[in-house]
Amino acid sequence: MSDAKSALNNASFDGIARVEECGLQGMITLRGDLGSEGMSKAVKDAVGQGMPGQREVKVEGDTGAIWMSPDELLLLVPHARADETCASLAETLRGEHALAVNVSDARALFRVSGSPAREVMGKLAPVDFAPGAFEPGHIRRSRMAQVSAAFWMDDAESFRIICFRSTADYVFKLLKAAAQPGSAVKYYA
Amino acid sequence: MLLLHCPYCGVDAEETELSPGGEAHLTRHGPGASDDDFHDYLFTRENPRGVHFDRWRHAHGCGKWFHAARCTQTLEVFGTYSAQTSAPPQKICDAISKKRPGWSWRDLS
Amino acid sequence: MSTRLEKHGRLIDRSKPVSFTFNGNSFRGYSGDTLASALLANDQLMMGRSFKYHRPRGPVASGAEEPNALVGLGEGSRFEPNQRATTTELFDGLKAISQNHWPNLDFDIGAVNTAMARFLPAGFYYKTFIHPQPFWKHVYEPFIRQSAGLGKAPDKEARDADTYEHFYAFTDILVIGGGIAGLLAARAAARSGAKVLLMEQTVHWGGRAPVDGGTVDGKPVDKAVDDLVAELQAMENVTLRLRCMGAGVYDHGYALGYERLTDHIPGTQGPRHRLWRIRAKQIVTATGAIERPLSFAGNDVPGVMLASAMRDYVVNWGVTPGQRVLVVTNNDDAYRTAITLHEAGVKVLRILDARNSAGPLADRARELGIRVDPGKGIAKVKGGKRVKTVAICNQDGVGGAREEIEVDAVAMSGGWSPVVHLWSHCGGKLIWDEAQAHFRPDPDRPPLGADGYGFVRAAGTANGPLDLSTVLRDAQVQGEAAALAAGFAPDTSEAPKGETETEAPMKPVWLMPANADKQLRMKAWLDFQNDVKVSDVRLAAQEGYESVEHTKRYTTLGMATDQGKLSNINGLAILADALGEEIPRVGTTTFRPPYTPISLASIAGEARGEIFQPIRRTPMHDWHAKNGAEWEPVGHWRRPYTYKRPGESTHDAVNREVKNTRDNLGLLDASTLGKIIVKGPDAGRFLDMLYTNMMSTLKVGKCRYGLMCSENGFLIDDGVVARIDDDTWLCHTTTGGAERIHAHMEEWLQTEWWDWKVYVANVTEQYAQVAVVGPNARKVLEKLGGMDLGAAALGFMEWADGKIGDFDARAYRISFSGELSFEIAVPASQGQAFWDALMKAGQEFGVMPYGTECLHILRAEKGFIMIGDETDGTVIPQDLGLNWAISKKKDDYLGKRAQERPHMTDPDRWKLVGLETVDGSVLPDGAYAVGEGVNANGQRNTIGRVTSTYYSANLDRGIAMGLVKHGPDRMGEVLELPGTDGKTYKAKIVEPVFYDPKGEKQNV
Repeated sequence: MSDAKSALNNASFDGIARVEECGLQGMITLRGDLGSEGMSKAVKDAVGQGMPGQREVKVEGDTGAIWMSPDELLLLVPHARADETCASLAETLRGEHALAVNVSDARALFRVSGSPAREVMGKLAPVDFAPGAFEPGHIRRSRMAQVSAAFWMDDAESFRIICFRSTADYVFKLLKAAAQPGSAVKYYA
Repeated sequence: MLLLHCPYCGVDAEETELSPGGEAHLTRHGPGASDDDFHDYLFTRENPRGVHFDRWRHAHGCGKWFHAARCTQTLEVFGTYSAQTSAPPQKICDAISKKRPGWSWRDLS
Repeated sequence: MSTRLEKHGRLIDRSKPVSFTFNGNSFRGYSGDTLASALLANDQLMMGRSFKYHRPRGPVASGAEEPNALVGLGEGSRFEPNQRATTTELFDGLKAISQNHWPNLDFDIGAVNTAMARFLPAGFYYKTFIHPQPFWKHVYEPFIRQSAGLGKAPDKEARDADTYEHFYAFTDILVIGGGIAGLLAARAAARSGAKVLLMEQTVHWGGRAPVDGGTVDGKPVDKAVDDLVAELQAMENVTLRLRCMGAGVYDHGYALGYERLTDHIPGTQGPRHRLWRIRAKQIVTATGAIERPLSFAGNDVPGVMLASAMRDYVVNWGVTPGQRVLVVTNNDDAYRTAITLHEAGVKVLRILDARNSAGPLADRARELGIRVDPGKGIAKVKGGKRVKTVAICNQDGVGGAREEIEVDAVAMSGGWSPVVHLWSHCGGKLIWDEAQAHFRPDPDRPPLGADGYGFVRAAGTANGPLDLSTVLRDAQVQGEAAALAAGFAPDTSEAPKGETETEAPMKPVWLMPANADKQLRMKAWLDFQNDVKVSDVRLAAQEGYESVEHTKRYTTLGMATDQGKLSNINGLAILADALGEEIPRVGTTTFRPPYTPISLASIAGEARGEIFQPIRRTPMHDWHAKNGAEWEPVGHWRRPYTYKRPGESTHDAVNREVKNTRDNLGLLDASTLGKIIVKGPDAGRFLDMLYTNMMSTLKVGKCRYGLMCSENGFLIDDGVVARIDDDTWLCHTTTGGAERIHAHMEEWLQTEWWDWKVYVANVTEQYAQVAVVGPNARKVLEKLGGMDLGAAALGFMEWADGKIGDFDARAYRISFSGELSFEIAVPASQGQAFWDALMKAGQEFGVMPYGTECLHILRAEKGFIMIGDETDGTVIPQDLGLNWAISKKKDDYLGKRAQERPHMTDPDRWKLVGLETVDGSVLPDGAYAVGEGVNANGQRNTIGRVTSTYYSANLDRGIAMGLVKHGPDRMGEVLELPGTDGKTYKAKIVEPVFYDPKGEKQNV
């Protein structure tokens, strides 16, 4: 491994909220029967979390499990551990119909933080970000303006956003526009 | 702009998250099929003013295909359900019968 | 003259003067003024000219319905035409210009049209400019274009200096309109605990109720409004938004709000407009009502104004449009205007009431000494740039004038129409209310939501009632009903009690006088903005336009920026009369969003400039940009077309890359190619269905080129498939195909073969992929060191994992150029480092990056097809001589049955061949080969077309591929291909492989 770089190399912007590209993050697409024992064990072994339920996020820092669809999870692990985790997942799931594939570099990860973070998100995604409707622990896959994205909240004032690596520059510019000074909506009072 | 419930991820998704997939419950005809059957499979579609079944993919969301039973005239949605079936579930048909007595679609009613 | 009054003006702050300019002249107004009220205060009654006849026009209204007072606002990058002076908040430094005149507002040459009006009736343009045909392009259209158009477009070099944004808002209840009804409905709904969003288009709460007077629970309306607003502001579940117009209501509870954030403080940090994209469970439209003009001759002369608007100017802004006013009405409400004017010290000369009797307000007016003439109307208003005299007649006569009096302003009222636009946008139906002579929402036929039940209810005057106490009761009821429908339990409570003067019934008056003769009808305006008169609508009816929608288009009644807010009901009443029909049978035209014009930029939102659309970048994008890349858009990707060196032309750069890659070493950023993992026990079976050839038999470690077709049999994608292990394949797709083919796979797996055990994953962007191409390809990779890439270790169409230098790499030995070629995939995070390493190590081997044009030329020299060039959605593999890639052994694959259809097996289908120009020139792209005879349209019959054409630097001549009828059987024949440049090209049919036909160069 040499000179690995994330899409935007930790670029950041401060407006009504802070926008940061989070640098390299290990990510694994894991598909299979989420109800199987083998799968639960594989997830537990890989990221130390139980199986997330529908639209649930179980993430601590750079490690955890995210529900993506009824037969798909996204596992977060440190970037350097992604390949070995894929290999051990394959080992644990041997004999079971499943797919574990490293997608760390196919994605970019952003953080939007600050009290207006919900509003910044609400300018780009057709999703109800009101407290109560969207809370830490929820994952939503949707679109941000014209591209697909997935996002969850780490706490009441910060989101993490995953998009395709090729659209990182677009998403960063979107977030900058949405967080531009003077643009507070004040809808989620 | 439509709002459809995705039966897979449980989200009420607006149309911009979805991509439409045309008529539901087509039967595939492949090699060996008669010219007429194959022609109908490729080209013949219902175009009702009223109850209709169509396919949607939660493209920006969970990526899953599902079916919607809805009214093309009022845009009322009678229900959404798994795409992994060759006919609408009875529950959906009952829901339609309640709102549109006497409805029919292809050989369903 | 129109002037500021000593007193009144509840909305202006006289301690804050504001200066502004109109047509370059400086004026002063007050903070709180609208541009219209400030101009009136400065005796600038005339604010523009009309669209067709260029007649002088002043404001007729005081709000969003204004058809006349349209101005150009701002300048340079902030210039905007057609802004309503009545809804433009005045600010210091505002610059406005008037419209539709030349050379200036006071003296306008186009006004000659008004003298010609007799010759320019409805349909004039349709009838006149038909013949002779050539005149249209050279005479009529240039003339019409010069004189037509509302306002002037911003300078074409100017770019909007502001930003705009969207906001997705979700709410239980959306209340549109912040008048007394909207406020009350919002409170009634919010008390249930429902989340309520209340938006008001102006900058003030309360609507017109504070102007109209009366009491609410014994309090003056002003006070009641303040109390309601304070109460709502204190509720956590309520959001209040001023300067935010409900622009449209759409399916399933979707609504648009148009918020104007900085129009009144231009240049302020932050977005100028915000488009609210709202999803509401229930919507309450408390949009009020609009007063109708009366149709009498000269009703468009500046100084003739709606009675309610005149009252607004006095009460809200302390401005009177005239000093000697005449009021003309068919209802009691206009008496309030007379009384207000009188109390403000303005002389009210006469109230003409088309009815024979009126209510208590008339008694009050008489007590104040105002003369009331029952049964009277206006025969004609005279005056040019302002009202001079009014001729008074009997309403039920033909207009024989009895008396002419001198006035300088006329207040007119023809009754009130509820604003039903938002109710109607999504299918809400209307009923005709005989007593009020207006259309109002039919509560039994509301717009239907996703559950099949109504999701919109109108409240207050928007629902029909006009008197305060009924309005308040209705608002309370509708607010509570909305909460209940949204799933909340409202505590039903009594509505506040409204008290105001009782009113006598109004009387419909569609023409004044009722039997006005043709001369008068020709001067009685229905639509001020489009210059449509009573005579035009009658002419339309006479010429057979029975449908109101057709009449609208024929006469232009109700078109343009005001969409007939004042004219629609009057117009269709005239039409109904002319057709001898009942008004409700004629019906209304369709109400379409937005309610008033909204800025295009607000619709675009953030999508402009750099983020107009997503631009997808590979990990090496920045390097390409720094090294002279000229970009080619491929889907949303940007790929280098060629890398230009200083002083080099694009053509030269491409030729350099083409030669260098064949002679030395070229690098191509192939990261955009789709890569899809297909895994599972049924993966082989699945791929056999997707590809035309066999993929299940591919050996681990090997690659195979494959074709994909749709069920219609047509080619949709191609690429190299690698077998990774027993149950895993990696499928390469075209650059534009990755997402599409991934979705195609998911579709078949989810909706047809859902019992097959296959998982797919799109890993396109996980890898940076570099094509290392040319005679020195192996040398540069060996120099980096690592895995064995010798011919014995990694044969043609094989792949292997290993290390290249420090990099984790997967090497595919595949070639799209005919050269010795490796495609090396490394993790995207290391893509730039890998590229750098190759460029550095490649120096001694003559390395150059190459772009997509070089890629295309190299593949064309080898006769390789390109999806999108040789295919266009109507081409099957058999057309391209790709039968070798179609398995004969398989019973089925997607497209197989279609390819058996008679048209697909027709021997006359055009087939792929090479084309070589006789003189070595380059064929024009897309050129058609012509054959004998002509078709039914008299055009030459075509027998083929060019699909790819390039200059080949390696062969120093033009090369091309094309689809030609019976092509493969006609080798050596010369075709004629007329170009669009007037030349006819001659090209010989040849084999499509132009270079190294034996494939020796790639097998080393």
